[in-house]
Amino acid sequence: MGVKKRYKFMSDAQKPKILAFVCNWCAYAGADLAGVSRMQYPPNVRLIRLMCTGRVNPGFLLKAFTAGADGVLVSG
Amino acid sequence: MEKSGAVAIVGAGIAGIQAALDIANSGFRVYVIEEKPSVGGVMAQLDKTFPTNDCSSCMMGPKLVEMANHPNIEILAYTDVVDITGSPGRFELTLKKKARAIDPEKCVGCGICAAKCPTKVSDEFNIGLNQRKAVYIPYPQAVPLIYTIDKEHCRYFTKGKCRICEKVCKNNAVVFDQPDVMETIQAGAVILSGGFEPFNASLKGEYGHGRFPNVVTSLEYERILSAAGPYQGHIQRLSDGKKPHRIAWIQCVGSREAHFGRPHCSSVCCMYATKQAIITKEHEADIDTTVFYIDMRAHGKGFERFYERAKSQYGVRYIRSLVSRVVPNPEDNTLRLSYAPEGERVRHEEFDMVVLSIGLCPNKTAVDLAKKIGVEVNENGFCITDPLDAVATSRPGIYVCGALQGPKDIPDSVQQGSGAAEKATALLSEVRGTMITERKLPAEKNVAGQAPRIGVFICHCGINIASTVDVKQVAEYAATLPNVTYATNTMFACSTDQQQEIKRLIHEHNLNRVVVASCTPRTHEPLFRDTLREAGLNPYLFELSNIREQDSWVHQGEPEAATQKAKELVRMSVSRARLLEPIYDISYSVKQSGLVIGGGLAGLTAAMAIAEQGYEATLIERTDTLGGNALNLYYTEEGASPALFVQELIHKVESNPLIKVFRQTEISSISGSCGNFTVALSVNGKEQQENHGVIVVATGGEEYKPEEYLYGKNPRVMTQKEFESMLVNDPEKTKKYNRVAMIQCVGSREPDHQYCSRVCCTSAVKNSLKLKELNPSAQISILYRDIRTYGLKETYYTQARQQGVRFFRFEYEQKPKVSAKGDCLEISMLDAGLQLEVNMDADLLVLSAAIRPKAGTKDLSEIMRLPRDEDGFFMEVHPKLRPLDFATAGLFLCGLAQGPKFANEAIAQARGAVSRALTVLSQKEIVSEGVITQVDPRLCRACGECERACPFSAIKVQTVGDRKQAVVTEGLCTGCGACNVACPTGAASLAHFRDNQVHEMLQALCA
Repeated sequence: MGVKKRYKFMSDAQKPKILAFVCNWCAYAGADLAGVSRMQYPPNVRLIRLMCTGRVNPGFLLKAFTAGADGVLVSG
Repeated sequence: MEKSGAVAIVGAGIAGIQAALDIANSGFRVYVIEEKPSVGGVMAQLDKTFPTNDCSSCMMGPKLVEMANHPNIEILAYTDVVDITGSPGRFELTLKKKARAIDPEKCVGCGICAAKCPTKVSDEFNIGLNQRKAVYIPYPQAVPLIYTIDKEHCRYFTKGKCRICEKVCKNNAVVFDQPDVMETIQAGAVILSGGFEPFNASLKGEYGHGRFPNVVTSLEYERILSAAGPYQGHIQRLSDGKKPHRIAWIQCVGSREAHFGRPHCSSVCCMYATKQAIITKEHEADIDTTVFYIDMRAHGKGFERFYERAKSQYGVRYIRSLVSRVVPNPEDNTLRLSYAPEGERVRHEEFDMVVLSIGLCPNKTAVDLAKKIGVEVNENGFCITDPLDAVATSRPGIYVCGALQGPKDIPDSVQQGSGAAEKATALLSEVRGTMITERKLPAEKNVAGQAPRIGVFICHCGINIASTVDVKQVAEYAATLPNVTYATNTMFACSTDQQQEIKRLIHEHNLNRVVVASCTPRTHEPLFRDTLREAGLNPYLFELSNIREQDSWVHQGEPEAATQKAKELVRMSVSRARLLEPIYDISYSVKQSGLVIGGGLAGLTAAMAIAEQGYEATLIERTDTLGGNALNLYYTEEGASPALFVQELIHKVESNPLIKVFRQTEISSISGSCGNFTVALSVNGKEQQENHGVIVVATGGEEYKPEEYLYGKNPRVMTQKEFESMLVNDPEKTKKYNRVAMIQCVGSREPDHQYCSRVCCTSAVKNSLKLKELNPSAQISILYRDIRTYGLKETYYTQARQQGVRFFRFEYEQKPKVSAKGDCLEISMLDAGLQLEVNMDADLLVLSAAIRPKAGTKDLSEIMRLPRDEDGFFMEVHPKLRPLDFATAGLFLCGLAQGPKFANEAIAQARGAVSRALTVLSQKEIVSEGVITQVDPRLCRACGECERACPFSAIKVQTVGDRKQAVVTEGLCTGCGACNVACPTGAASLAHFRDNQVHEMLQALCA
């Protein structure tokens, strides 16, 4: 596509895996809008969509780390 | 003549959308006709909305999606209404469906045509600030998501060559020779909601719009602020792309200007300019923002606080002065504004950018249609409506809502949309349910106990996904995952033929779970769930993996990484899919009757409306008289009489067999949920119980009894309502008062009551005009802070000034001083405009006293657990988009209980609240979403943590059998999951988002 990366990427060694728990109504919609607007960001983020971040159990965060996430974001 | 069970809505902005949803959800078929290629109107173009500063398109999104997926709404976009004939109950609309040159059945909205189209044209959605292609959708979230060829600019249509879009379209949707199609439809009622178009700013030559690049209109600025706009929300000047440091807003451009044929106030500009100034500060705190205005009109709920916050918290500078001209400096493209601050000489000031707050003019095509079909419009083009029935046009059966009726903001448009919906459905109540479609579905297969057999479909989305993600590789990878029985890649997973294919494959491979990796579930999950249901699978056995918005589109330069991410996302989805369980939406029966609390104008209207719709209503009133404040509202500025109107209404309500009226009655307790409330009433002190499906709260308000300005101490001081009563009941005595002064904002716009009472400026003007009628030589002085005769009421203010009513402005810090002087009163004040001390004698002082919530509001709010705002009025769930609903389903509000308003607004709001209530009342059974919390009684130890965590009072510890446990009220649970987190044992578990389902996805993160 010839699209240039519009962000500065860190080296492979520094590529942390980031997991985000997001609310369907705001943060998930925001991530969709980023896509529609073709904003480029690093590919090492995974989103888990919940109906509300009220559902985020502290246990989820711990589980995410034990499953290999390097950083966890809760956004809602 | 048999009536038609359908309603046609002409114009699909926010007012039309609200009307469409209300009507379709209460048992009617709806045709939504929109001249533009997609629905959404001007609201879709806005960045944020005041006073909450919510994102405009995010708020609208759910309504657009609901409309697009609604089985009883047919959206006819890119369609003109040529004519409307017929009579109430049976109209015939002649439509011209304009050719898009794209087959709507085949277009899946992939956008490949636009990507390849070589022709760029000015993008009208972004007001020409950037370009779009000649084949386009107006904006990314467009509904319907169908492309349109702009024939005026398309190379093939203008030069006969190109046809690139035809070649690249994988679905063969491009049809160059598609003709316009004439069609007729039948509808029992018609709602006109054509909305507005902004004033053409270049008509104001002295401000230089169109000549000076850094003078923009407010709508252009809205697009500049928008993160989805041409500059991704970076504020910049058009001349050089640099960040401006000083921005000025000029108010009333094309409003309050009779010489342009725009004598009205546009109602919204003061607040949107304030909003834009605040958002500007939020983007770039160091930009200086200045608003030049005449009167600050913050007359809506929460607006006064918003305005105060702009000044105190954000440092927005407000200058009360008209700007006489804007002169550019060609060297650096700055702009020099000339203005005269109050009490000073002309001043000049430089700005980097100027925003013109342009007014609202009625949409021309809507006005033309109105004229053609015999709907009367006023000299400015707004539809003329009955003074006390703001949605009724001059032609029976045709209603109007939104800005076509008069300039108004989003909440007023939404309320009026609901109000018009109620009038339309009342006309058609006997044919309710005759034209709705109900789908016939196959029996659901029982998959319990079966091992998961998962089908995975990876979508190319044309090239949207496939050009970045190697979809074939992802499909091959998916096939290797445990429990995946079948995996493939497909051009468009959402196309009609592919839906058939998915159903066929479900049967062929006996699939019991389906994963689609394509676009966002926010728009496409309902479609795929339907497909599963049609194939006999429970719709919740579906999982959507977003590899477009959250993968291919955001990692365009990194195909390998994007492909790897797609694999991982699919792996996570497949893991989750293994544990998905069927969920059954819960349906329960509805008690099809309504309780209305409050026997004033709003309450009476609501009770009457419920009965007109064919349902039973109970009206309760605390006192022993019905009618409330309206009994003493003798006339409106337009000459109608709310007092007579309410007398007739009381008679109608009392003689209606479907309505029960209880006086001296209060609510003592309430239980149950939407569709089935049980209320205990205390009728004359005796307890009795009633069951109702919905409750409308219309407890009203009352006039503040002033403690200031000698009220109650001197007989020559009275309130505006008392004055009105004297004008009507004792005109001979009243006309003898030669010198009458009025003081505005008594009890309003005070630190403890930081709201505008909305009606007082117009009341003062109205009563002044009446006194002038009785005694033309009376000298009337109105002492005010801002005159807030918003919208079309501005003409009465102009009239008052023409008739010699004197207006003196005072500052809050320097309120007038009133003292008794012999047999009259002496008033002294500092005129803020002239900066001069003014002394006057008055025979009578009239105080425009505030509107306060009714005394019992607090008690009722505690009994019914209803929220109130800082000023004590009841609080709706969302001030913009759900202004008539409480957060608790099944409870609605209207009238003064919600906030100060005029009689006709209270009536429209009451009808609107009933329209909202009908979405419940009209159903024998309502279905609530199955994604709610379930409690495992074996694990529950009744500790009550869940009850404390639940914001909706949906889960409570109760005695079940011989033990206590938490019980969920299904109708109240929203599925937020807060109780799951609070529960120490794991007994409370949210269906579809259970711990193990989330854990499984996490486990697959790095597998």
